[in-house]
Amino acid sequence: MPPATEQAAVAIQTTLGKPTVPSIAFFLIIVAITMLITYWASKRTRSAKEFYAAGRSISAFQNGLALAGDYMSAASFLGIAGMVALKGYDGMIYAVGWLVGWPALMFLIAEPLRNLGKFTFADVVAYRLKQTPVRIASAVGGILTVLFYTIAQMVGSGSLIKLMFGLPYEVAEIMVGVIMLGYVLFGGMLATTWVQIIKAVLLLSGVSVLMLIVMSKFNFDPGALYTAVAGQYGQAALEPGGLISNPIDAVSLGLALMFGLLGLPHILQRFFTVPNAKAARVSVLYASGFIGYFYIIIPIVGFGASALIGREVIAQIDKGGNMAAPLLAEFVGGTPFLGFIAAVAFATILAVVAGLTLAAASAFSHDIYVHVIKHGKATEKEEVRASRIATVIFGVFAVLLGILFKGQNVAFMVGLAFAIACSANFPALTLSIFWKRFTTAGAVSSILTGAFLAVGLIIISPTVWEDVLGNPKGSALFALKNPAIVSMTASFVVGWLVSLMTREKPAEQMFEDEKLRTYLGVGAE
Amino acid sequence: MAKKTVQNVLDSAQFKALVTKRAKVSTLLMIMLFVLYYGFVLLIGFNKPFMAQKIGESVTLGIPLAVAVIILAWLLTLTYVVWANAIYDPEVEKLRGQLFD
Repeated sequence: MPPATEQAAVAIQTTLGKPTVPSIAFFLIIVAITMLITYWASKRTRSAKEFYAAGRSISAFQNGLALAGDYMSAASFLGIAGMVALKGYDGMIYAVGWLVGWPALMFLIAEPLRNLGKFTFADVVAYRLKQTPVRIASAVGGILTVLFYTIAQMVGSGSLIKLMFGLPYEVAEIMVGVIMLGYVLFGGMLATTWVQIIKAVLLLSGVSVLMLIVMSKFNFDPGALYTAVAGQYGQAALEPGGLISNPIDAVSLGLALMFGLLGLPHILQRFFTVPNAKAARVSVLYASGFIGYFYIIIPIVGFGASALIGREVIAQIDKGGNMAAPLLAEFVGGTPFLGFIAAVAFATILAVVAGLTLAAASAFSHDIYVHVIKHGKATEKEEVRASRIATVIFGVFAVLLGILFKGQNVAFMVGLAFAIACSANFPALTLSIFWKRFTTAGAVSSILTGAFLAVGLIIISPTVWEDVLGNPKGSALFALKNPAIVSMTASFVVGWLVSLMTREKPAEQMFEDEKLRTYLGVGAE
Repeated sequence: MAKKTVQNVLDSAQFKALVTKRAKVSTLLMIMLFVLYYGFVLLIGFNKPFMAQKIGESVTLGIPLAVAVIILAWLLTLTYVVWANAIYDPEVEKLRGQLFD
């Protein structure tokens, strides 16, 4: 529709995509502060416990904020605002799905995880099983999850930074990689935690201010905002649309979102940074409060953007609607506020990628290097050195993969990460904590079944087979967009059947002993 | 600390009751979470007109329901924390006390 586009181009003038003084200033301030913190943290990061778990010195409130900072990615901030702006109510359904994993995390595994684990979730899966095979399998599941999540973040961040600051894609990738490596390499978990806390505070306050300004334009009457949206785009904008057309697909996606959280290595690792199970518990309450609040106000920002700026303009600048929130910020607060929001989005990307890199490095160094290669007999110094080497390797890989996948449609990769997390990591973790008869063979087969089914089924699903690989519509061999309902169930069933066929007396005996640690925290690290 | 004491605590009715109680509370809350979230998703899947009905000038029922799912899910989390702080933790302290004196 050329006329609409021309009209839209006249309707708004934006500095989006050009580096402005405020955006660069805010960006430099954030980088300066976080680098100072990294310098401070580097003096407190010598032992393995400090590198992986910030010396277990993080308070429940701090960890709650850091969990929120680790979880609320640029994809959810910019993506959900854009989805609500362009598609209306369907974006809200999506927002709800991102919260519901948190209560499940609390009820099922937060406390036992903290009591049983040391540095990685594989510590818990392997606690009473044979170390080598379980560590290798857990590391495969963990690293695959983190890898796909990282690719999605890196590709998304390159294009977002290009859209907001006008930097070339490759330069943006390298900048994210270098700054993030600075945090993780020198400041370990302590610096990563504070980067995540700062990002969470900035993001929550930035979006709150944006929401308040939007509401002030409608005299703080939500009804007026929705009436304005309905007036421009029809009542359909406020009704469920095509997102849930197939209930089985919707339930499958819901399972992946809910239980995927319980298998995200970078989120699980955060629970080892608090002093005890009680702090772990309270930190989930804080985290779910912050995240719930965020997902309640983000749709208001999205609806506000569609009412005040218009869908045509938003879609014209970015087809996916990702620039809805920044455009709205500029519309209501001018260039300085846009600069602030752009810098916050950048900080968001850095914090999430730093958390992912630390999780991947921990899986390499703690699970593979220390427990598989050195059979648990590495010195503190060797372990920290290995984790730093792994950090650099993973950081370089993240940048290279980001550049390699430039321009590719990687939206499905976050879904894939959640599918692997809920199919490979979550079943083994839960069975290991709660089921006495779980065996080494059961754990390994459950993890591998979940990982390979999740990847395989996504490849032959409409999302990849048709949308990414370009095969004709209807040719996908697997009908569901998200495989969780099949792959997660299969992982549980295989883990259960194989465990029943094998018997591991020492593991069963240890299950009784570990109960003291699981439930009372006796002997917990 | 003698191994027997550990075994005594593990075998005690009090410890077993605590483990069962925790399982019951988390299962119950988990079921409530499932009903809440999948109820919402399936309601959209099977009864769009219900979600699309207007409850104001243009606000649809689906909008406050989505917000309610988030708030209720958080309240379930809060319920667990209140229960664990008020009931679970004191019992844990009691059992730990038996172990170390």
